[in-house]
Amino acid sequence: MPSIAKEFSKGLLKENPVFRLMLGLCPTLATSTSATDALGMGMSMTFVLVCSNIVISLIRNLIPDKIRIPCFIVVIASFVTVVDLFLKGFMYDLHKSLGLFIPLIVVNCIILGRAEAFASKNGLLLSIVDGLGMGLGFTLALMSLGVVREFIGGGSLFKVPLLGAGYPGVIVLILPPGAFLTIGLLMGLLNKMEKAKGEAR
Amino acid sequence: MTLILIIIASVFVTNVIFSNFLGLCPYFGVSKSIPTSMGMGMAVVFVMTLASGITYFMQKLLVHFGIEYLQTVVFILVIAALVQLVEIALKKLSPVLYKALGIYLPLITTNCAILGVAILNIQRQYSLLYNIVFAFGSAVGFTLALIIFAGVRERLEVSDIPEGMKGNPISFITAGIIALAFMGFANLVKGI
Repeated sequence: MPSIAKEFSKGLLKENPVFRLMLGLCPTLATSTSATDALGMGMSMTFVLVCSNIVISLIRNLIPDKIRIPCFIVVIASFVTVVDLFLKGFMYDLHKSLGLFIPLIVVNCIILGRAEAFASKNGLLLSIVDGLGMGLGFTLALMSLGVVREFIGGGSLFKVPLLGAGYPGVIVLILPPGAFLTIGLLMGLLNKMEKAKGEAR
Repeated sequence: MTLILIIIASVFVTNVIFSNFLGLCPYFGVSKSIPTSMGMGMAVVFVMTLASGITYFMQKLLVHFGIEYLQTVVFILVIAALVQLVEIALKKLSPVLYKALGIYLPLITTNCAILGVAILNIQRQYSLLYNIVFAFGSAVGFTLALIIFAGVRERLEVSDIPEGMKGNPISFITAGIIALAFMGFANLVKGI
């Protein structure tokens, strides 16, 4: 049992795909302009990650080693198409604001990375847990960026204005350069906290 | 005239890295020195232009058979196969070029800028000529961003940076400041 908990929690902080492994940066920076978009992207990503982990873990003994990467990509691309069509059908607004980045989940290195490094070597249960942990870790990173950028940049959270109409807004945080600045500062903060914790011990 | 505007727009105004956020993994991964950035940039120019041209015809086929929903699956497979083909062809035809681009080619399959630009081209319904010019411009913009960043990064190695900010955090801040500079190009070209 402890190993399941370990596989789950490693994705959240210790091996957080965005802050630690630097994977999946494009959607992280592009879709974190608001908390709503960040949550939508994180959830789509988690869904694809868990489903592709399940399938790949189930068929891992059937795939010849040499063509495993194309096989993984086909599995992943199928689930991305499912998400794409689902969002288009039921959440059109979200689909419009995520736009290009839904089909681009295919080439997100987090998913192929987990398929290659974990699901193709481990059993079903562990692979599901790994997918969930990594997906939620990704969502967490995306949300922290989205919340900071939306709150400071526009004075609102989940499109609900919190700071009143008088708040001038810091537009630059919502524009592309703000994404780079915010993630840099957050990462620096995380490093600093880690170091302080190490010294306290 | 519009072709020139498209090139300017795709290199400077809607730069793939700074305004579209495509291809960030190689951007942070291979920008350690100027020569490697040149190599990566050239490989991207080559593959992106070729891939956009080919996916243009693939889309025509998909529409013909009424199976547009397979777009994502088909495009990524075409790009993966194309990269392999280019690698094999280069190895035989031009060993010099292969030596220069070799190690960067496999990395390109998972470069989301390639798939992203191919899909953008379809979404904007460009004709074949515009399609290829836009892909070429985007790739040049990618290379430009990569080389500028590599130049700054070589300097960063010897600078005095606060402890917690060393490594990745300062790279992101640097990229943010370069992106701010690129925003000066906004409104240079209207209506593209």
